[in-house]
Amino acid sequence: MSSIKIELHENQVNELVEVCKSFSNDPLELIHVLHKAQSIFGYLPAEVQEIVARELKVPVAKVYGVVTFYSFFSMIPKGKNPISICMGTACYVRGGEKVLEEFKRKLGVEVGETTKDGLFSLNCLRCVGACGLAPVVMVGDKTYGRVSPDGVQEILAEYR
Amino acid sequence: MDKINLTIDHKPVQVEPGTSLLKAAEQVGIKIPTLCYLHLEDLNIENKPGGCRICVVEVSGRRNLAPSCATQCQEGMEVRTNTMRVLNARKTVMELILSDHPFDCLICAKSGTCDLQKTAQDLGIREIHYKGEQSHYKEDRSPSIIRDMDKCILCRRCEMMCNEFQTVGALWGINRGFMSVVAPAFEQDLEKSTCTYCGQCVAVCPTGALTEVDHTNQIIRALANPKKKVIVQTAPAVRAALGEAFGMEPGTLVTGKMVSALKELGFDYVFDTDFAADLTIMEEGTELLKRLTNYLAGNKKESLPILTSCCPAWVNFFEEYFPEMEDIPSTARSPQQMFGAIAKTYFADKIGVDRKDLVVTSIMPCLAKKYECQREEFKTDGNPDVDYALSTRELAALIKQSNIDFLSLPDSDFDKPMGESSGAAVIFGTTGGVIEAAVRTAYEIYTGKTLERISFEELRGMEGIRHATIDFDGLPINIGIAHGLGNARELLESIKAGTCNFHAIEIMACPGGCIGGGGQPLHHGVSGVITARQRAIYEEDLAKPIRKSHENPYIKELYDEFLGEPLSEKSHHLLHTHYFDRSKVKVVIPKTK
Ligand code: SF4
Ligand code: SF4
Ligand code: SF4
Ligand code: FES
Ligand code: FES
Repeated sequence: MSSIKIELHENQVNELVEVCKSFSNDPLELIHVLHKAQSIFGYLPAEVQEIVARELKVPVAKVYGVVTFYSFFSMIPKGKNPISICMGTACYVRGGEKVLEEFKRKLGVEVGETTKDGLFSLNCLRCVGACGLAPVVMVGDKTYGRVSPDGVQEILAEYR
Repeated sequence: MDKINLTIDHKPVQVEPGTSLLKAAEQVGIKIPTLCYLHLEDLNIENKPGGCRICVVEVSGRRNLAPSCATQCQEGMEVRTNTMRVLNARKTVMELILSDHPFDCLICAKSGTCDLQKTAQDLGIREIHYKGEQSHYKEDRSPSIIRDMDKCILCRRCEMMCNEFQTVGALWGINRGFMSVVAPAFEQDLEKSTCTYCGQCVAVCPTGALTEVDHTNQIIRALANPKKKVIVQTAPAVRAALGEAFGMEPGTLVTGKMVSALKELGFDYVFDTDFAADLTIMEEGTELLKRLTNYLAGNKKESLPILTSCCPAWVNFFEEYFPEMEDIPSTARSPQQMFGAIAKTYFADKIGVDRKDLVVTSIMPCLAKKYECQREEFKTDGNPDVDYALSTRELAALIKQSNIDFLSLPDSDFDKPMGESSGAAVIFGTTGGVIEAAVRTAYEIYTGKTLERISFEELRGMEGIRHATIDFDGLPINIGIAHGLGNARELLESIKAGTCNFHAIEIMACPGGCIGGGGQPLHHGVSGVITARQRAIYEEDLAKPIRKSHENPYIKELYDEFLGEPLSEKSHHLLHTHYFDRSKVKVVIPKTK
């Protein structure tokens, strides 16, 4: 995974510094700080990790280690329309994986990546609690049930 | 507390509470294989992630096999270390590790000294029943260190060394599962990280994943070139360790054989970094006395303590982490660089050779020296003062390559003039040695008296941080010593906080000082190897006819003929340097209210 350098605005940096402070700059709170940071920025670019490292006084290598260990954290900005495919048991046995493959093929990205135009990003989820509708796909807040590989094109068309 | 009784392979053992099964087994001569576990007792260094599970044993009454490095002895335990079940489990673990490991043994830099290779041999692995995908990473080459993560077995010893012992934090485990590996932040090259090139990760890596950048071929080429004069210098710690690479006992001094070997290799002059160590003492010692006198005279601008600056990894460390303190370290260059600067001016003139045709090589216990000799400030018109720095390990390999039977070599003496040195220079190789050498000279210059006792036991030892007060004829001089960058950091923080009151501090990046350097023959986790080298260093000092730097006649000659006096303009130009702010994380954080 390569890092994306962005220029943070001064008020974003301040906000991040405040987040660290709200956890008393405690290195043991690293995961919580990153969690909060991701909810602000949508993802964790290198610059954000460097600031967190400096504030919490931990090596950047460690912050990066934690970010890459938990699949929850992402270093890639989410697409305008984040697509989540359920990989829970019910969805999996009813063909969730084939649906995922079709999304990958149509979008030309892997799980965890964002399309070049920034329109879509692709992710997997554990059971979203709608097993009756399996296989389930979510785009932003909208839920699609009983999705077949053939239906993928149609879903994408809605957002293009 | 009461001792604990147990049996291991039917042998009764009695141990202190808290002892691991692994250590208890050692007491009765049972050597259980390990890979991730590392313990250097005398140096307070331990890695115990309990992750590789090569060390499993059977414990009566327990269903699962237990990792012996991470399991404590309990009263009445019956432990078996070599049942069929244990042997099979160990083989499985090893085969799984090897299933994701390249089969490069025949051409691997670690071959013959690799713990993974040895363990696979000891376990009698003859085939691998698991075929799986192999992980591939791009090779990362820094000026000193090569990272080939295809060979990483994730023991995380390097991570522990870099973070816990050195507090550098350049390496950390990333990703998980099949993708996991140890890497610098954002998987950038080591060169872009906060790495100091101390080489301590290399010193503990059980495989060929971390090795040094090899310069032996450049040296072979230079030696074969009739147009070049090739000279060599050897650092003090090398002579106390080189013999190990030829099967000699740790702590065997091989100074004379080493010189013979270098002569057989064809070096035109075999010189000694110790000569430059004596020169360092003249410059650094004089600087100390000057700063001290100013300070005592009430000059508020003078900052004390003075910190030694002969360890390039330490220099990299404070440039990275303490740039605001850059006026505290001595400006004296390291002995390696002092040697290079004098060789390419004074000595080149003496033998009438242009500096471009003089190749200066050095044999170092150190990987940071490879980086140091490439620093721009140590070049003249692009020509470096020191062309190549080889590690002790590389020298051993070069000797073997050249069909030299090291063990049967006679002893030879270093060449003159830059091969002559004092005992004070020899002890540069161990923690506490540089400052002891400085004290020997500074005392005599300051007091005008002759030392009654030359050995300063109070400055010696292996504790990470030490201090002592030396009486300069009524003036108490407070001295601090730290080895390992974590210990150095602790000492530096206390200077910053103003909680300590030292006049002079010696800092070395490696455990035990250069004798435990990242370029030395591998200690394989036995700290006795490093203490044995320390004994050898003090032995050599005792045997030297001259034991104070300022009494080295060739140093006197150098000042008379060339430099003038310590801290002269010429000395400043050739023997001193300046420091830079290299802190890597450049994010500017605006002040918050
Ligand atoms: S050379 Fe030293 S500082 Fe660099 S990664 Fe290895 S242990 Fe860390
Ligand atoms: S690089 Fe070497 S020391 Fe570090 S985790 Fe891998 S095998 Fe262990
Ligand atoms: S302690 Fe010695 S071997 Fe280690 S980095 Fe410093 S100079 Fe090199
Ligand atoms: S498994 Fe997909 S919604 Fe439950
Ligand atoms: S050596 Fe005991 S788990 Fe690795």
